[in-house]
Amino acid sequence: MVVYLDHAAGSPMPASIRGAYLAALEHVGNPSSIHSAGQAARGMLEGARERIAATLGVDAVEVVLTGGGTEAVNLGVKGLFWQRQAGAAGDRAVAPDAAPDAAPARADRPRPRILMPRAEHHATLDAVEWLAAHEGAQLRWLEVDEVGALRLDDFEAALAEGAGPVDVALLTMLAANNEVGTLQPVAEAAALAAAHGVPVHVDAIAAYGQVPLAPLPAGVSAVSLSAHKLGGPVGVGALVLRRGADVVPLLHGGSQQRGRSGTMDAAGAAAFAAASDEAHAAIAERAARKAQLRDRLAAGILAALPQVELRGAAGRAAAARAAGRVAEADAWAARALPGTLHLTVPGAEGDSLLMLLDLAGFAVSTGSACQAGVPEPSHVLLAMGLHEQAARGALRVSLGPETTEADVDALLAALPDAVARATSAGLAARTPTLGR
Amino acid sequence: MTIIDLDQAATASVRRTVLEAMWPHLTGDYGNPSSTHALGRRAADALEDARSRIARLLGVRAAQIVFTSGGTEADNLGVIGLTLAALTAGRDRHVVVGAVEHEAVLASADHLARWHGVEVSRLGVDELGRYSVGELQALLRPGTALVAVQHANNEVGTLQPVDSLVRAARAVGARVHVDAVQTAGWMPVVPPLTGAGPGAAGSTAAGAGAAGAAGSGAAGSGAAGTADVPGAGAASRPDAVAISGHKLGAPKGIGALVLPTGAPVEPLIHGGGQERERRSGTENVAGAVGLAVALELAQQEREDLVAIAARRDRFVADVLARVPGAALTGHPSERLPAHASFVVPGIGGEPLLIALDDRGVIASSGSACAAGRDDPSPVLLAMGYPADVARTALRFSWGASTTQDELASAVELLARSAAALRV
Repeated sequence: MVVYLDHAAGSPMPASIRGAYLAALEHVGNPSSIHSAGQAARGMLEGARERIAATLGVDAVEVVLTGGGTEAVNLGVKGLFWQRQAGAAGDRAVAPDAAPDAAPARADRPRPRILMPRAEHHATLDAVEWLAAHEGAQLRWLEVDEVGALRLDDFEAALAEGAGPVDVALLTMLAANNEVGTLQPVAEAAALAAAHGVPVHVDAIAAYGQVPLAPLPAGVSAVSLSAHKLGGPVGVGALVLRRGADVVPLLHGGSQQRGRSGTMDAAGAAAFAAASDEAHAAIAERAARKAQLRDRLAAGILAALPQVELRGAAGRAAAARAAGRVAEADAWAARALPGTLHLTVPGAEGDSLLMLLDLAGFAVSTGSACQAGVPEPSHVLLAMGLHEQAARGALRVSLGPETTEADVDALLAALPDAVARATSAGLAARTPTLGR
Repeated sequence: MTIIDLDQAATASVRRTVLEAMWPHLTGDYGNPSSTHALGRRAADALEDARSRIARLLGVRAAQIVFTSGGTEADNLGVIGLTLAALTAGRDRHVVVGAVEHEAVLASADHLARWHGVEVSRLGVDELGRYSVGELQALLRPGTALVAVQHANNEVGTLQPVDSLVRAARAVGARVHVDAVQTAGWMPVVPPLTGAGPGAAGSTAAGAGAAGAAGSGAAGSGAAGTADVPGAGAASRPDAVAISGHKLGAPKGIGALVLPTGAPVEPLIHGGGQERERRSGTENVAGAVGLAVALELAQQEREDLVAIAARRDRFVADVLARVPGAALTGHPSERLPAHASFVVPGIGGEPLLIALDDRGVIASSGSACAAGRDDPSPVLLAMGYPADVARTALRFSWGASTTQDELASAVELLARSAAALRV
């Protein structure tokens, strides 16, 4: 029996959601068809859209369903960027002889700068780097602090650079870091951006359903979500696109939704809505329960394995709590996802830890599943100031709604042996062999 | 009231066998294929197994299948992705798209025009909805980057001479995208995706071997052709073929782009590098398994194709006999085997559909994607129909399991609905 502690990579679908999904899959009908079966599918789809919207305090029309979180992020980032380049050019003139609906020539496009923190998810990093390589975007990296939170002072400095905010296409940022679980200063950054008319895309995939996100700050233009991180199906996500914000689409043809073409997956949407409802029905209680388990895990690790470093805001909270500084611990905990604990083991490789724990029956991760298997230190940890060697021994434990105290205790029992073996393997690998 | 579903070109219901095959991946095997732990590896194995099964059915190598979120994404990736890669390789900013393509292809071409300064030529059709090779050749330029054509039209069912169209396009070095969303499952993609002929959908290794033996160069070894075009040795093979799951009895939200020649595509969605860097995002394992099973079922049922086409011809003859003024649109014989489309001058398409719906028959006026709009069908306009006639389009499309009796009832109910509306 596997103890699954990798919910941040994908959370299994609870039986209740499976039931809703199965029932929805048995419906016939393309929501775009005007006949009764089509309209039934349309009703199911729009109901789902409303329920997802309600969890964020937005209108149904603001929810654009996508084929997953990565597509949502790509649409948010590229779509906003292109829209900013296509829109009124501000102080730069569009070539007067251009066709009415043609985008301005590459060199004449306004607002090329994208501001992006160094600790973003790969969906954002790769989308922005592609825009920089192919579409004339100018990337300005933003620094993060030691727990992985965006440094607002650097964001402010970046806004002022060059021609100033008028040259900025967008700020894109996480709501919570997917590896270390640190919540980001979205409200503060959005207020700052709004003051300068800069749209903000928020990747809330790791945060949605874990912590309440409503009401969305006024300066946020778009928010990316994914269903399978909260027990919904894989292949379903959404971009919440606020009124007044527009994107140039990524997928064209049919115009089924604002900014997105393609037959709509009504069954997937219904299952997403069910998962979203379930996550939000008792979000505070669920978060408190997970936080309690996470604290138990953190305290156990600090007691048994003093060499291990707990990272991110949750790590700071655990250290403060162990030292009896309760107020400080609570303040840090308020800045952390409830169910994520990230740690580094000096001298060990995260992959060895993961494999040893896997053999012992625990599914965990070295960080983001999307880069797992690639033996590179995490860019998140490097951005937080860790040295490459320290960053190599990374492990992420992420709890789900059904994780129990017994699961946590079992991991605590298995961890010392895995840490010891991974550390000695790491040591052996780094010790030069003499006399060869 | 039992519903007779004659709108399966819009979407088919999810088949029970497909759901049952997907079920384990929605329950116990929920791992993320990119995770390295045991659950993740099991998910990755299931994904690759589904990929191999689809590849085997289509006669390509597993690595040539890119899973997408559906047909629209597959068409976008084919049209935009192939074109951008071709531009990078030095081809000219010129593409040719068929005038009666699905909106996913047409709108992708518009995007290329708007954002990449690409000139788009439209390839017209005759009164049966067919493209002509001669006309394509007249539009092609030595540097044309891409030609995008459909295997069959979604509204009027006409099969296109894809084989000759592909050859003509490849002759000038253009990449070729084929939208096979309507034909996948019903018939092999023509031209065959391997060099070994339509019957040779053997194992991947055998397929590649046969292609090599035939001297046409297996995918990936096409360096024998011009250096400019990857896989150029495959003179008759398209570079990309789009298919969609939900037209086949798999759920919505899964499709695939097949890349038979290994031509490079510029990705649309970045981040994570899944699908060999061609399409990022957590892989939909259950959907991929569903697509594989749906294609396998369709392949088994394909053996009855002659009988299915005979049922279609009977349906067409009955409609023409029973509904005064009705005329078949599209090609009378070179058409999808379970698809019949008409115009009924004098009776609005939409009122007729509503009357049919009330009597338990689901049909459509054309593309579901354009449903709810009052515009005349652009496909019929391109075929030369006047606008008022193009507003009376009716499309019936069904599945392999649709019975003769259901079709006969539908004709009867259609005749009654039409008669009621004429009064």
